[in-house]
Amino acid sequence: MQSTMPSTTFMVLLLPFFAALFAPVLTRLFKHNAAWILALVPVLMFAHFCGFATQISEGEVVTGGYRWIPAFNVNFSWYIDGLSLTFALLITGIGALIVLYSGGYLKGHAQLGRFFSFILMFMGSMLGLVTSDSFLMFFVFWELTSITSFLLIGFDNKREASRRAALQALVVTGGGGLFLLAGLLLIWNVTGISEMSLLLRSGSGLSDSPYYLAIFILVLGGAFTKSAQFPLHFWLPNAMEAPTPVSAYLHSATMVKAGVYLLMRLNPVLGDTVVWQTVLPLFGGTTLIVGTLLAIRQTDLKLMLAYTTVSSLGLLVMLTGFGSEKAIEAAVLYLVAHSMFKGALFMVAGLVDHGAGTRDVRRLGGLMAAMPITFAAAIASAISMAGLPPFFGFLAKEEIYAALWEPGAWPLLLTLVAIVGNGLMFVIGFVVALKPFLGPRKQALSHAHEGPVLLWLGPVVLALASLGTALFSSLTHHLITSPMSSAVAGTPVEAHISLIPHIGMPLLLSAITVVFGIFAYRQVDRLRSTMFRLLETIGWGPDQGFDQFIRGIVRLSFRVTRIIHSGSLETYMKIIFILVALTILVPMVMFDELPNLPKMPESIVRYDLAIMIIAAIGLFSVVLAKDRLTAIVSLGIQGFAVALIFMLFGAPDLSFTQFMVETLSVVILALVMTRLKLTPTDHRPLHEKIIDIFISVAAATAFMLLLLKTVQVPFDPTLSDFFTRFSLSIAHGANIVNVILVDFRGTDTWGEIAVVMVAGLAILSLIRIRARPAEKIAANDPTDGEG
Amino acid sequence: MEALMTLLVGIFFAIAIYLFLSRHIIRILLGVTILGNAVNLLIFTSGRLTQEIPPILSGNAAAARQMVTANPLPQALILTAIVISFSFFAFLLVLAYRAYQELETDDIEEMRFAEPENQQLPPLGY
Repeated sequence: MQSTMPSTTFMVLLLPFFAALFAPVLTRLFKHNAAWILALVPVLMFAHFCGFATQISEGEVVTGGYRWIPAFNVNFSWYIDGLSLTFALLITGIGALIVLYSGGYLKGHAQLGRFFSFILMFMGSMLGLVTSDSFLMFFVFWELTSITSFLLIGFDNKREASRRAALQALVVTGGGGLFLLAGLLLIWNVTGISEMSLLLRSGSGLSDSPYYLAIFILVLGGAFTKSAQFPLHFWLPNAMEAPTPVSAYLHSATMVKAGVYLLMRLNPVLGDTVVWQTVLPLFGGTTLIVGTLLAIRQTDLKLMLAYTTVSSLGLLVMLTGFGSEKAIEAAVLYLVAHSMFKGALFMVAGLVDHGAGTRDVRRLGGLMAAMPITFAAAIASAISMAGLPPFFGFLAKEEIYAALWEPGAWPLLLTLVAIVGNGLMFVIGFVVALKPFLGPRKQALSHAHEGPVLLWLGPVVLALASLGTALFSSLTHHLITSPMSSAVAGTPVEAHISLIPHIGMPLLLSAITVVFGIFAYRQVDRLRSTMFRLLETIGWGPDQGFDQFIRGIVRLSFRVTRIIHSGSLETYMKIIFILVALTILVPMVMFDELPNLPKMPESIVRYDLAIMIIAAIGLFSVVLAKDRLTAIVSLGIQGFAVALIFMLFGAPDLSFTQFMVETLSVVILALVMTRLKLTPTDHRPLHEKIIDIFISVAAATAFMLLLLKTVQVPFDPTLSDFFTRFSLSIAHGANIVNVILVDFRGTDTWGEIAVVMVAGLAILSLIRIRARPAEKIAANDPTDGEG
Repeated sequence: MEALMTLLVGIFFAIAIYLFLSRHIIRILLGVTILGNAVNLLIFTSGRLTQEIPPILSGNAAAARQMVTANPLPQALILTAIVISFSFFAFLLVLAYRAYQELETDDIEEMRFAEPENQQLPPLGY
């Protein structure tokens, strides 16, 4: 059993990606009903992970993996403990409901197949993220969730708002991912460990390491961007541009919790320090308050929920940072409760939108009769969100107060923050669940109707799950809460909280919260307008900051490009050759490697000298030529002179090739130049010519010095001797140059032939492909037409 | 001999680079050919100008081992380089020819379709 387990898990991890491949085909065949088939994938995975539950509740962990890049000690390995298991169950369980819901929500959408693909790919990435053992695999999946989130937010790619939201989410979470990568690599460097399981078991003194602060900041950079902590929260509400199933799944139930997952995962090694216990509650608490205040001012159901998601994430970070066993237990309970009620409420918002045609609370009302099932699911989820019995949210809320109620000013402050935050979330929950359904039915909503089963199944199941997990709390604690809390705390933790209230401080605090919530609910319209005016007066937020940042980057890169990429070939050439001269000359002078003054040769063979002079004359007359023919002939002269030089110094093969090539060059050049009626003369002002002469002489001097130095150092004949000695005995060829070309270095020659062939093909296509007169180059002008 | 050859290589480089720096495509093309020769001579000279005997062996293997010939290695390199630089030259020539046909200029400062002088800021939307 144990030996077959890993490979099944491996296949389960890959399953969603395979399903994503086939989703478009299935959707083409079965239309929106493909959802029923595709939902089997998460259901299967859910069943697979359920199989681990008993084993893990006994304190075991499931591990396995394959070697991925052995040279770098990188594995593809997974590690499933209580924390991973709970996440995996949430991802697959809610995932199944979301797939069904998507089928109903996007029924008839032309790109439904693509949507299913994206959702399944996301599911696979998120599952990989929470089960990863090796750091690198964790990072890869982390970024994959960012990318799939980008694709899903920008699903409606014809609207600028969704494109902006998608890009914003990618920039913020992707950028945070880079922080995370740096943090993980730093941990790897400091401890030499690249696997989560080993890191957790090592009990390493990371918190005493001098790099602790750097690691802490880098890890937080990843966690806070992904989990939308203030002031990086702004991308999450904007991500509501995505279709509602995406908001329910990625941006409330799963992906945004990846940051919290990271903090919880690393809590045993990074937690329990003053920095951790100060910074996390500070940011978390701020996010909690800011999120709820911003939620109050919204009128769109989805946006209200989105901002409360921000605050819930803040609450989770705050509790994780608080660090006591009870706080961790509370965080775990709240995380599970939140996934259930918030996922359901988002789906309810989508249902209301679907049935009534709007999500604006001011225009909604009286839908209870038309949408009874939706109303029931909404009210149940809102009760859970408000922390009232008999739903799972109640357990979480009680545990939060039990954890935070400790002596001292700091816990007292956090308790107050929690009361205000919870109270306001209470308000939002009931605004979403009551306002659209109660009161007189608005005229415009007369056509409102209940959604199909695909749509209401999800919220109903989640509401029932909230109820069931609370009623059978001891079973829930045994299978979910206790194992997960133990994994986060690093020590065994037992959860006991149940629906039966105990008289004590937590219950009193809950009562205060409820009273505060009811009071605020009655004043919600006034609160909203107050917040609206307040934000109007501030007038700037991180969201606008993002726009300014992006515009700044575009402007900066435009300016930089204009400077280094001016579009003038002349400038490029000048820079290139000045740098060539400097790269050769500066090190030579700096390291005192200048060549000695050469001795004049005692005897010069006269015809050698004559040919060199001919070559020089040819060269100068190319530059000075007044007409085309002179230039071409002069070019020929220098080329043939080079051929003769090769001949004189014992290189007949080179000589022949050079003769042939020069002849061809001259012929082709003559053909082209006579056709084009080009003059080879230079019409530039004198000072430009002088600058050019200076640059070319400097570069040429550099090459001369280099060559002089080369011939002055002792000659190393190893290679030449090898070829000379073995040419006949190994390769059976007397012409050593030929043997080198076709035998010793045959592959090089083969590559050379390929180059010649490619050049030939390119020439052929250049000659044959011609723009039709109507669409000459001007038609390609990027400034007009579609950009 | 190498000293003289170095001087000649220097002249080759100077002329080639000077031609490269001018504004007319056709002069740049002439520069390409000359630069190819310059580099070939550079390699040839740095392999030492020793013998007038070409690197072709004669007789049996034992006798061949005793032979002293010109250095075959740079020759093999240069042979490849000549062919490549020729195909490069031919390609550039045709490219220049076609560019001239389309743009009706051979002045590189006037060939600015891809990178216009007064380029606008890209759109700032999303």
